Amino acid sequence: MTDRNDYEVVVGIEVHVELATESKVFCGCKTAFGAAPNTQVCPVCLGMPGALPVLNRRALEYTIRAGLALNCSIAGWTKFDRKNYFYPDLAKGYQVSQYDIPIAHDGYIDIEVDGQPKRIRVRRVHLEEETAKLVHAGDDIISANQSLLDFNRSGIGLIEIVSDADMRSADEARAYLTKLRSILVAIGVSDCKMEEGSMRCEANVSVMPRDSKEFGTLVELKNIASFRAVHRAIQYESTRQIDLVRSGGRVSRETRHWDDVRGETAFMRSKEQAADYRYFPEPDLMPLEIAPEWVEEIRGGLPELPDARAARYVSEFGLPASDAALIAESRELASFFEGVCDALAKAGAGAGVGAGAVDRAEGAREAAKWLVGDVSAALKASGIELSQSKLAPGQLAELIGLVASGKISGRIAKSVFEEVFASGKRPGDVVRERGLVQISDAGELAAIVQRVIEANPGPVADYFAGKEKALTFLVGQIMKETRGRANPQETNRILREELAKRA
Amino acid sequence: MSGNADATLCDMTLHELHDMLLSGQVSSREITSDVLARIDEVEASVGAYVTRDRETALKGADAADEVIARARRDRDTGAIGALVGIPVVLKDNVCTRGMRTTCCSKMLEDFIPTYDAAVTARLREAGAVIVGKGNMDEFAMGSTTQTSVFHVTRNPWDLERVPGGSSGGCAAAVAAGEAVASIGTDTGGSIRQPASFCGVVGLKPTYGRVSRYGVVAFASSLDTVGPITRDVRDCAIMLKAIAGRDGRDSTSAPDAVPDYSSCVERGVQGLRIGIPEQFFGPGMTDGVRTAVERALRALEDAGADIVEVSLPLAEHALAVYYLVATAEASSNMARLDGIRYGYRPEGRGGMDVADLMSASRGQGFGMEVKRRIMLGTFVLSSGNFDAFYGRALRSRRLLAEDVRRALTECDCLVSPTAPTVAFRFDEEPDDPLAMYLQDIYTTLANLAGVPAISVPCGLADGMPVGLQIMGRMFDEATLIRAGRAVELTSGMDAARPKVGGCAK
Repeated sequence: MTDRNDYEVVVGIEVHVELATESKVFCGCKTAFGAAPNTQVCPVCLGMPGALPVLNRRALEYTIRAGLALNCSIAGWTKFDRKNYFYPDLAKGYQVSQYDIPIAHDGYIDIEVDGQPKRIRVRRVHLEEETAKLVHAGDDIISANQSLLDFNRSGIGLIEIVSDADMRSADEARAYLTKLRSILVAIGVSDCKMEEGSMRCEANVSVMPRDSKEFGTLVELKNIASFRAVHRAIQYESTRQIDLVRSGGRVSRETRHWDDVRGETAFMRSKEQAADYRYFPEPDLMPLEIAPEWVEEIRGGLPELPDARAARYVSEFGLPASDAALIAESRELASFFEGVCDALAKAGAGAGVGAGAVDRAEGAREAAKWLVGDVSAALKASGIELSQSKLAPGQLAELIGLVASGKISGRIAKSVFEEVFASGKRPGDVVRERGLVQISDAGELAAIVQRVIEANPGPVADYFAGKEKALTFLVGQIMKETRGRANPQETNRILREELAKRA
Repeated sequence: MSGNADATLCDMTLHELHDMLLSGQVSSREITSDVLARIDEVEASVGAYVTRDRETALKGADAADEVIARARRDRDTGAIGALVGIPVVLKDNVCTRGMRTTCCSKMLEDFIPTYDAAVTARLREAGAVIVGKGNMDEFAMGSTTQTSVFHVTRNPWDLERVPGGSSGGCAAAVAAGEAVASIGTDTGGSIRQPASFCGVVGLKPTYGRVSRYGVVAFASSLDTVGPITRDVRDCAIMLKAIAGRDGRDSTSAPDAVPDYSSCVERGVQGLRIGIPEQFFGPGMTDGVRTAVERALRALEDAGADIVEVSLPLAEHALAVYYLVATAEASSNMARLDGIRYGYRPEGRGGMDVADLMSASRGQGFGMEVKRRIMLGTFVLSSGNFDAFYGRALRSRRLLAEDVRRALTECDCLVSPTAPTVAFRFDEEPDDPLAMYLQDIYTTLANLAGVPAISVPCGLADGMPVGLQIMGRMFDEATLIRAGRAVELTSGMDAARPKVGGCAK
């Protein structure tokens, strides 16, 4: 029997993302999340007889923006098509979508897994409309005897982003999605919240022997509600397929449902049961001519994308590549990071406002260290987003300045940070209130050092006997005496000097 | 035409009544009451209406009278719009806020729109009095108004004959004096053919000339909304009132709307009128041919140049039409699933969603609608798309090009509107394909998007014959001009329908 490792996993991903436009794609209704059911509706998005769609130009612009950010070509001429099928959440019995000419096509996303860079091709990006939301009244879809419809979602602009089958592992799939989300959020076309359904994904998974050139039979996975679920679902499904093939079975072309609780996929429908969507050009909307000048204008307005930003952090500040990537990937983290850098620069220019001058690159590296370390940990522990926390870039900058200028030690800074994070106070105030200003004055330190030496003859003797460890104990005593405020470098220097005098 | 001594108010034209309203000779309440009285008198035999709202109509008439009185006090009667106080009927696929809009289908029997169609809103703003909704073939699919779920409409010229369709109720109402003017819809001839059958004027505007917003779609790329009136001048007035860009219909055109009324009496001196040989072969009855040829001679006598042209592909129009129209219809009808509004069968306990939709549609739609949904579904199916729908789209482009080229050789194209006069109910062919031949002259204009008017041009067997004039894109003005010349020489002023009797 073959080994599981003799097989390669092949993954392609389809992502649906709700556009963050103020109004819906074919009518003027609002798109705000969480409004009372069926309050953001009109004849158009309810599919009333006689109602007609009118394209929201902003939705088209967002789709082009997404296409450009994903390195796609933009169609000069395109159109909408009707995708016909019956479902209660589909107001008109068809979805206005795009069939053969997507607005954007043939782009790519660069990902990195275990230090290995890889390019994943993006086949197409097209614009369509959201369906209504079906809520089954009851514990689950089986026991529910009533279904409720909320048309607030009906007609929200939706873009579908289809990758080529370029991914070869669950890790790559997750990296692709992570990068895709960071790009879409960076360019502001969607908030990409999987938990609110504004980003959804489907994975096409197949397996093939490692030496094969031909893909295996493809299985479509639905109901994947988080990045973690994507990873688990692909891992489960690929293993299922590999084991099936290894035991002489055949994978059948089907759609499977991911059950996140049981951690497995289950049969939903076969390819033969798939609907014939009877696509045809949407006669209610005119074909679109997309002017190249407009495309260039949109391209010119694109913000810095995560990859470029990370590269800049490395070249400009000398950030470690991993920190740079981590910060650049999140628009929130990146703008916070840059806020800290700006504040540090201002403090420097203003000659000692609060903190004093900090070398630009040095300050940035410190800021990155804080963000990736203590800040991320604190956020994780309290279960909130950076934007929801009381921490502001100015506070972190001040904290970094306090350390750099020697006012407090790195160790004290950690404790100050905790209070700042919890209370939103300014670091300088915390330091003052708690009397945490570092003691760097040589005279003051010498007096303390002398007191400690006199009080600890044993360890002092040990030191003279050649036990270096005794020194650490004495430093510890000094820190205890000063409640950690003694400047560590100075303390070390003076302690050695004082001991040398007694040798 | 004014000063027709024996005419009652409800038989007069819109422009005559407008003049009388301005001069204070008559009030809108009087006109409206007269129309309502005529309805009471003949509706039982004609059956033009499916919904009427007497109270609202009279209230609208009183409001119009106040507007007129105020303008007269201010000596500013020029500010009174041409439609103020005029009773009109709308085809029942045009949404009217608060008044049921059924498309004459069981599916929408109780459907009351929450909004006005663009044309409805324009008519209301123009001060027209909406009397009610006209009978029609179910979802505008038919040529006799007999597929209506409610009742048949009878031709006011001969109650044993059909009024044509699908806008049969509107055409019959205008002919019988049950409304002064009306709004119909035309996807393959549904304004022109009933206008022809009922001896009134019907205009299918250029695609995009009049907003489709709020008009229940049959075939979106072919559907147009236009007037059915007593004479060509009324037609010009109505078109002016409803034409123009509407931001809610992406296919509505921004082109400026000319003052059509000023074109009415311009004459046809020097106008080049094209006779497409393909439209004068066999297929029409002798009576129709005689009336049409007489009208052509009269146009020539009036100074028009008659030129022979060719539309080599015209014979394919009907086939292409039935592919495009049914394909779009199958999709447009899909929203009628009984979920959010519309018909739902009784005793649906235990049904799942698919069963509920099937039952709603199975019971809610009539046979002709189902036939077209099935045809359309078939031609759009993945295995058939290229052979049917794809080919139809390519053919449509060629047909449009044919029409465009022919219209470089002449200013308009003339043909009969329909191959026959209105036929007797017992003459209706059983074969639906034979019925589709009613559209043989009319579908080309819808496929090409160009405007076309039907004007009464004479009688055959005592029944009116309509002359169709097709024009260039957005050149309704030429149709109105030529149509008026036909009207002047048709001798139809003296002819009267048996029921009602509108003054021609």
